[in-house]
Amino acid sequence: MSAPTGITWATLTKDVRLEWRSKDAINSMLFFALLVVVVFSFSFDPEAEESRQIAGGLVWVAFLFAAVVALNQTWARELRNQVLDAYRVSPAPANSLFVAKALGNFIFVSVLEALMTPLFIVFYKLRVLGPAWQLIPVAILGTWAIVVNGTFFAAMSLRTRSREIMLPLLLFPITIPALLSMVEATTTILVGDPSTSAKFWIVLLATYDVVFTTGCLALFGTVLHAE
Amino acid sequence: MKKAFPILGLLTAALLSYALYQALVVAPTEQTMGDVQRIFYYHVPSAWTAFLLFFINFLASIQYLVRRDQKTDTIANWVVIALGVLVCIAPYAFRTLLPAGVYPSSVVTTGIVFVGLYFLIKRLFSEQQTDMLALTTAEVGVVFCTVVLVTGPLWARPVWGIWWTWDVRLTSTLVLWLIYVSYLVLRRFSSSGQTPVLAAALAVFGALDVPLVYFSIWFFRTQHPQPVVGGGGSIDPRMLRVLLINWVAFLCFAFLVCWSRYRLERTKREVEETQALEALLEPRSALR
Repeated sequence: MSAPTGITWATLTKDVRLEWRSKDAINSMLFFALLVVVVFSFSFDPEAEESRQIAGGLVWVAFLFAAVVALNQTWARELRNQVLDAYRVSPAPANSLFVAKALGNFIFVSVLEALMTPLFIVFYKLRVLGPAWQLIPVAILGTWAIVVNGTFFAAMSLRTRSREIMLPLLLFPITIPALLSMVEATTTILVGDPSTSAKFWIVLLATYDVVFTTGCLALFGTVLHAE
Repeated sequence: MKKAFPILGLLTAALLSYALYQALVVAPTEQTMGDVQRIFYYHVPSAWTAFLLFFINFLASIQYLVRRDQKTDTIANWVVIALGVLVCIAPYAFRTLLPAGVYPSSVVTTGIVFVGLYFLIKRLFSEQQTDMLALTTAEVGVVFCTVVLVTGPLWARPVWGIWWTWDVRLTSTLVLWLIYVSYLVLRRFSSSGQTPVLAAALAVFGALDVPLVYFSIWFFRTQHPQPVVGGGGSIDPRMLRVLLINWVAFLCFAFLVCWSRYRLERTKREVEETQALEALLEPRSALR
């Protein structure tokens, strides 16, 4: 195993092991997402047929909010005992760390989605009327879109005062096109109107992922070493 | 340079008054919308000015990032030149792919302006100064963008009958405004030494986002046609003349505000540097 992938793997397994033992991020995310689901159910009639039209938006907004909870904890852990400073002076490539953190968050948010989706189906009586398999690329690309930018901006907001508030302020405006794509793709698939297709949104989401993954990898080293 | 500032101020004031007179008195009244349409002479120049300022912010941020390293700087220069050449050739090569109403010559002009601005900024501003330029243009740009977002609904209410519609241009402008407000919030909240790098990175991300925002919302809204459509068609040449006069006046005004804000920022940083230097020298003078 070459050195950069070795570092990525070591950081990733460390994070996953830490999370497996403490379950801090997952528990807070799950509870938060549950709260969002319950609170939303009061703002409209969840049983009505029209609710299907906004279900896609609801699911992704809940996931986005919950993901912010986990993303905020990504780097905070490394601040204790100056781990991040140690990383900064070590010759290890910055992008290995970034990829590890992004993959770790991807795993956490995916677990959250896997656990929350049945709940959504039960609470909002969701049925997929379109091609259900398309939900898989939407979920993967959408989660990556949230997570890759979220990890980057979490590293950025680490250097600011009131960093917990900073992350959503930076993340949400940039995520708007991705969020729109996820919501539209999911709604299209759920509603299953044969005249529309989710393909355009999936392609757009993939473009967003490629553009911003490249951007993050190009700039992460600069941001990590910013002094 | 110090003398040029009040001269430019007077010139801008004169130009703005002339443009106001042109917009309110000289410009012909629009047939269907009536006098309300005159808000157009403020709305559109503000929008163009805001977009130009955000564009300069993007160029300045890129330069702040690439000029930290000699090699990336050279690469960036060649990338910009290559992009410029590509933009000059592509519209003629793929003329059929251009959307209706876009001429190859306008694309080429944009490309030349892009390359020209990039090297102009590079020539006029040092690495530290590009950060100040980015800050200045973002602040003034947000102000002009706010003017756009306020005058838009004022115009829309009597003409369309609604204050706001989630149309592609309105929504993209709103998202653009949100991105740059978050940029300013980041600058305000980050600790001073790291602000320039973080802000520059965010500006690049914001610029990457803009085409995606526009494209996604455009598709989103063409799927769901809007009941209200703004008056399309061609513009009266007299109106266009007034519009351009107003734009020139607004550009002068924006330049003036940017300049004074830039000077303020420069003075602020000089004071900070001097104070830091004095703090360093203090113990030594006490020893003597």
